[in-house]
Amino acid sequence: MRVYLTLLRRELASHFLSLSGYVIVSMVLLLLGFSIMDMLPKLQGEPTDTPITRIFYATVYFWMLMLLTTPVMTMRTFAHEKSTGTFETLMTAPVSDLEVVFAKFSGALVFFMVTWLPLGGYMVILHEYTNQASASFDYRTLITTYLGIGLLGSVYISLGCFASALSRSQLIAAALSYGMGLTIFLLSLRALVPIPMAGWQAKIFTFISLTEHLEDFSRGIIDTSNLVFYLSLTGFFLFLTLKVVESRRWK
Amino acid sequence: MLEPMIEVVNLTKRYSGHLAVANESFTVERGQVVGLLGPNGAGKSTILRILSCFLAATSGTVRVAGYDVFTQADEVRRRIGYMPENNPLHLDMRVREYLKFRARLKGLGVSASHQRVDAVMEMCSLTEVQKRIIGQLSKGFRQRVGLADALVHDPELIILDEPTIGLDPNQLRNVRQLIKDLGRKHTILLSTHILPEVEATCSHVLILHQGRILASDGTDNLHRKIFQRSPVVTELSAATNDLQEFFATQPEVETCDIISIDGDWKRVTMTSREGLELRPQICQWACEQRWPMRELTHGRHTLEDVFVKITRTEKEE
Repeated sequence: MRVYLTLLRRELASHFLSLSGYVIVSMVLLLLGFSIMDMLPKLQGEPTDTPITRIFYATVYFWMLMLLTTPVMTMRTFAHEKSTGTFETLMTAPVSDLEVVFAKFSGALVFFMVTWLPLGGYMVILHEYTNQASASFDYRTLITTYLGIGLLGSVYISLGCFASALSRSQLIAAALSYGMGLTIFLLSLRALVPIPMAGWQAKIFTFISLTEHLEDFSRGIIDTSNLVFYLSLTGFFLFLTLKVVESRRWK
Repeated sequence: MLEPMIEVVNLTKRYSGHLAVANESFTVERGQVVGLLGPNGAGKSTILRILSCFLAATSGTVRVAGYDVFTQADEVRRRIGYMPENNPLHLDMRVREYLKFRARLKGLGVSASHQRVDAVMEMCSLTEVQKRIIGQLSKGFRQRVGLADALVHDPELIILDEPTIGLDPNQLRNVRQLIKDLGRKHTILLSTHILPEVEATCSHVLILHQGRILASDGTDNLHRKIFQRSPVVTELSAATNDLQEFFATQPEVETCDIISIDGDWKRVTMTSREGLELRPQICQWACEQRWPMRELTHGRHTLEDVFVKITRTEKEE
């Protein structure tokens, strides 16, 4: 545990005490700002029961953020250490592979969640400035939204860690995780695009869809099946990462 | 009697299609300073990486302080301080911060890591630069940061992969001195392809070539073994012919090579028959013949010669 905390601290420092960290933060801020700009016109029409967080999920910027920022956040986790050689000093210290993988993953996840914090601020601002007293703002949906973002984010971050562990080059790591991330995102849309499907295919694609499982969170519902879905995907990618890290000892 | 510090039995390491270490065995006793000597690509780093549990061997067993490097990697890693080739460091961290991080990683508690970091910074003369960012330090300082990291948990065995590469002569001397000092308390295994380095720092040497260990002995012994008949060099002032005739008739002298240097002075290089000590004899001859002498010395071979000699005989076989 002590080793894990030491490593986590180091990971957080590498995210927050670096220029690239702030470049990512500003990129996220910019895209979040765009997404709010995109949302505002949609809110000016007739009153609707749709929670605002749901509208947010539907903006293209949300997915852009998910798909574009996570590879950049995770690309350095393993690839950077491998290319500079510090991976060797790290792995020859008495640390377990699992601790290393988990510290890198959770460090990136914490950083990821922090970059999303301004979103809450936007919601509060919207609530302040809306002139309809009846427009209710349920902070609990915001919490479940964050939970949903965190869970979806952990899938993408574990995937990014896996890609980073595969390569020595940060560029390849980023491209790889972007490619894989985009693939599972497009698979999620398969049920709707190009033509809405019916029957068992639709069921399967809905079942493995990242977006479908996110819907409930935006409505304020925490469903265990969704939790299990995201957590098992994350677990799967972390398991793969662990195996890649271990593989240096069986090659 | 304690088990040896390092015990390598029939170690083989194969990278896809390429044999890096070929079925080698060696032991390193506690308290030795051992130099692993070989040209680039001889398999030095591979052996050190296996010893430090970074890579696994293809076959064979490797034990460090009695623990197997594969099945008891944690125990082994707790007991070694390893500085990899090119000394990778987190360049964005400060010296103290980095050493503290490493100490904590190696399982030291808060106050213990505090004390040890102070101690190793003192030992490696890093105290004045403790607040500087590692990326901004000179190579000599970085090397010492790497050494301090290897030492911070007071390991039984210190493994250094090319510790002096890329240092200027002053830094070189400092780092070598540091290694020598460490050798009094710790067992050290270091690799290098610079031959005088082994002579300067090590008590034992393992010579490695193309994945095989060609020689393993004390540094002095190795000298003696290979150059039993080391040449004797003397500078005399006499006619070349006189010298030639005289030495050719002496039964003790096997070969004799005379070259003229400045003025009347000649440099005579001789080897003796059956490893006899020639120097007192030469002195006596010079007196008898009334040849002025200005130098009489034993041609000391560098390990470079040892190395060339060993690799050459290997090829001939």
